[in-house]
Amino acid sequence: MFELLGIPPQALFGQLLLGLINGAFYAMLSLGLAVIFGMLNVINFTHGAQYMMGAFAAWLLLGYLDVPFWASLVLAPLIVGLIGIVIEKLLLKRIYHLDHLYGFLLTFGMALVIEGLFQLQWGSSGAPYPNPIPGGYNLGFMFLPAYRGFVVIAALVICLATWYGIERTKLGAYLRAATENPTLVRAFGINVPRLITLTYGLGVALAALAGVLAAPIQQVSALMGTNLVLVVFAVVVIGGMGSIMGSIVTGFGLGVIEGLTKVFYPPASNTVIFVVMAIVLLVKPAGLFGQTK
Amino acid sequence: MTSQRVGYAILIVLALVAPAFAYPVFLMKALCFALFACAFNLLLGYVGLMSFGHAMFFGMAGYFYGHVVKAWNMPPEIGLLAGVAGAAVLGLVTGALAIRRQGIYFAMITLAFAQMVYFFCVQAPFTGGEDGLQGIPRKPLFGVIPTKDDLVLYYVVLAIFLFGYAAIYRFIYSPFGQVLKAIRDNEQRALSLGYEADRYKLLAFVLSAALAGLAGATKAMVQQFATLTDVAASTSGEVVLMALVGGLGTIIGPVVGAFIIVTMQNYLAGFGQFVLVIQGAIFVVIVLAFRKGVVGEVMDWWKRRRSPST
Repeated sequence: MFELLGIPPQALFGQLLLGLINGAFYAMLSLGLAVIFGMLNVINFTHGAQYMMGAFAAWLLLGYLDVPFWASLVLAPLIVGLIGIVIEKLLLKRIYHLDHLYGFLLTFGMALVIEGLFQLQWGSSGAPYPNPIPGGYNLGFMFLPAYRGFVVIAALVICLATWYGIERTKLGAYLRAATENPTLVRAFGINVPRLITLTYGLGVALAALAGVLAAPIQQVSALMGTNLVLVVFAVVVIGGMGSIMGSIVTGFGLGVIEGLTKVFYPPASNTVIFVVMAIVLLVKPAGLFGQTK
Repeated sequence: MTSQRVGYAILIVLALVAPAFAYPVFLMKALCFALFACAFNLLLGYVGLMSFGHAMFFGMAGYFYGHVVKAWNMPPEIGLLAGVAGAAVLGLVTGALAIRRQGIYFAMITLAFAQMVYFFCVQAPFTGGEDGLQGIPRKPLFGVIPTKDDLVLYYVVLAIFLFGYAAIYRFIYSPFGQVLKAIRDNEQRALSLGYEADRYKLLAFVLSAALAGLAGATKAMVQQFATLTDVAASTSGEVVLMALVGGLGTIIGPVVGAFIIVTMQNYLAGFGQFVLVIQGAIFVVIVLAFRKGVVGEVMDWWKRRRSPST
């Protein structure tokens, strides 16, 4: 059996894969946060709760209506995204003219309400979600569970599709223009408030989609997004919210760094991302891909 | 202002007789959170920096207090000092990094650091992990004051609170406080007038952290334990809520807010997660409809009553 720096390859590659999977979730969630922040100027603290709602939607659809995983992959984000649109129309819309802090506080409050209600209804211990692709491949140096491989590829595809949608399509161009100068874009006859609502719905749907993908790996529980959203905030600070590609690269990269830390120095694995954040703040305060303003 | 003095005199008399009407341990807990909220509000209300990680100072100071008093067998006054000093150092390190970004990023960075401290506390051997530090002895303060008696301890805690409150009052109405407000209102202008904004911000951050530490250490002294709850993100959120409910940027607001929230938690303790739901709902309602908080709204109403013509 060969070893790398005293670490058996199974452990190394196993943690690397776990890191990539975590990174996939960081990337998807920070992407959604960045898209929402760009358009609404709101840091969506409810993001973790919406990720959890995505997982719950899939679990409930399976449990009550026998909807298979593959259909949930489309249905759950749609449902949660629609709920997001309602939230935007009813609540968020009223605070755009205020300081950013109020958006943060409002969405924090909503996260408390949502997570509290889910805990009241379903308790705080998790429920399992059956693995839709059991089995796996023996790659020689490691065993790759099929579903985990699928998650990494799916997340990559989703991230790149989002990037394409925003950077290369006409709707994306409207979106970017409205982010730059909403008043001018409105003067061209584009319905900016509707665009904002749609953006929030899209960002929320992205979080929910991440939640559905996470359901078979993690336990579906009311608090599954609580700590995750805090890590994602650190990811966003590290990457800077200026660039879509930046969010994706930072997300995956930090996941891998976290995985490697688990191999070489496990006690620091929970805190390594925050340490990276501190270093980035020292060296490049605007974030790796951010613009100083 | 004489009306303000009369108001404070009434409040102090109320605080002195309060143990006759309410359970002292509850009052002490509320006073600790009130000081914590005031320390937080010093930063948000007067410097315009929203720290979403103030629990790290509050909770860590509790651990410092417990460790010094229990493991090192020191008297409580040394424990309190250790809590304040530890929180101040932590504030210096995290503050120096966090003030490199502004606005909403500042909130996210402090939140992230607090989460890092939380994970550290879960693993560090001296915090007792999930169990926390239990059974911190209540030793006599300065060797003479018998803090085992809840009523005596209440007056000690009240004195600590008044000291902290007076310190904050002093900061805000000093030239230092005026510069802070100038930075809050227009950082560029303060810079161009020759004030090194970052230094002022950092000093305010450290002061706020130290006072939050004083509150946390005092709470550990009262409750005789320090647990993970006090360093968790939920506590950081609670202190924001207290300041917000009471009224940001008013000096007495956070005290009112802390009493409202602690009382509410006390009555709803049996309902478990409902507390979270209600707290969240209060956040939403306040942000949407009562951004000035209780004290701010009352002050507005008072002003309108006095000058009905405007």
